[in-house]
Amino acid sequence: MIDFTDRQLIEVLQDGLAKVSRPYALIGQQLDITEDEVIVRLTRLKQLGLIKRLGVIVNHGKLGYRSNAMVVFDVPNYLVAQIAGHVSQLSFVNLCYLRPRGGEQWPYNLYCMIHGKNREKVLQQLEHLIDCCGLSSIKREVLFSRKCFKQRGAIYKVSLEQKKVVSDG
Amino acid sequence: MLTPMHKQLLNDYQQDFPLSPTPYKDIALSLGITEDEVLLAFNELANEQFISRIGSIIVPNHIGVSTLVAMAIPNEQLQIVADIVSHYPEVNHNYERENRFNLWFVLIAKDDEDLQSVIEAIEIESGFKAMQLPLLEDYFINLGFEMDFDD
Repeated sequence: MIDFTDRQLIEVLQDGLAKVSRPYALIGQQLDITEDEVIVRLTRLKQLGLIKRLGVIVNHGKLGYRSNAMVVFDVPNYLVAQIAGHVSQLSFVNLCYLRPRGGEQWPYNLYCMIHGKNREKVLQQLEHLIDCCGLSSIKREVLFSRKCFKQRGAIYKVSLEQKKVVSDG
Repeated sequence: MLTPMHKQLLNDYQQDFPLSPTPYKDIALSLGITEDEVLLAFNELANEQFISRIGSIIVPNHIGVSTLVAMAIPNEQLQIVADIVSHYPEVNHNYERENRFNLWFVLIAKDDEDLQSVIEAIEIESGFKAMQLPLLEDYFINLGFEMDFDD
């Protein structure tokens, strides 16, 4: 379980860690807690798995990874965990999610994201994924990203909402 | 231009950024350089927008609720609807994708009631249906992103 201070900490961290010698002390000053408490709390949030990773967040596009495809598969429910286990092992796969099917118009349940330097590379990697995960007979669609209208990290505003209950997911 | 040091900072510190009082000094020690050089390099990477920030990736749906949303919009109206959608502060990652469902975005709200009211507002304002595709399971262990600097 996490408390209000943890939520404030997560919110402050959305802006990024300051590039100063004692960045956690700086966060502590903002929240009126000690540097030690900031470090202990962040360590715990990582151990709990609420912070998935803490570190450098790279800008894929700027680094030359300009092509990005979301690939969706209609995997039989009884196979999905097993197949997802294989898919998520591949180094070029960035995300691998189960989502509900969207009815007849959108029968897909397994989503993965592939970033690549260009479209050809992404398609090559997809071919590899299909081969090695045994997905050739599985219905799929490939959705390359085109225009970005808005891009921002998830923002969690908590300051004014002290009493909100944290869900169990 | 990226130096070998820049590349090392980009690849090696996505996952476990030091949780010590002096994280940049710790990085400097492990790379055999000074803390000032590390700070300078991170500032350069940020100024050149190679990194968006040093921060945290939060697991979805533990703090607040979120969902992926897809809409099928005629091309000539796409920009208008995209602007409507982007206008909501609860929306991030609003993208055009090559598909009949061509507008994809993520919504985050404090609870499901708020989430549903934002979706309803978007549907009314745009005149198009929104398909909700919330996360059910995350199979991916996020180890950051391994860069291939060779080609």
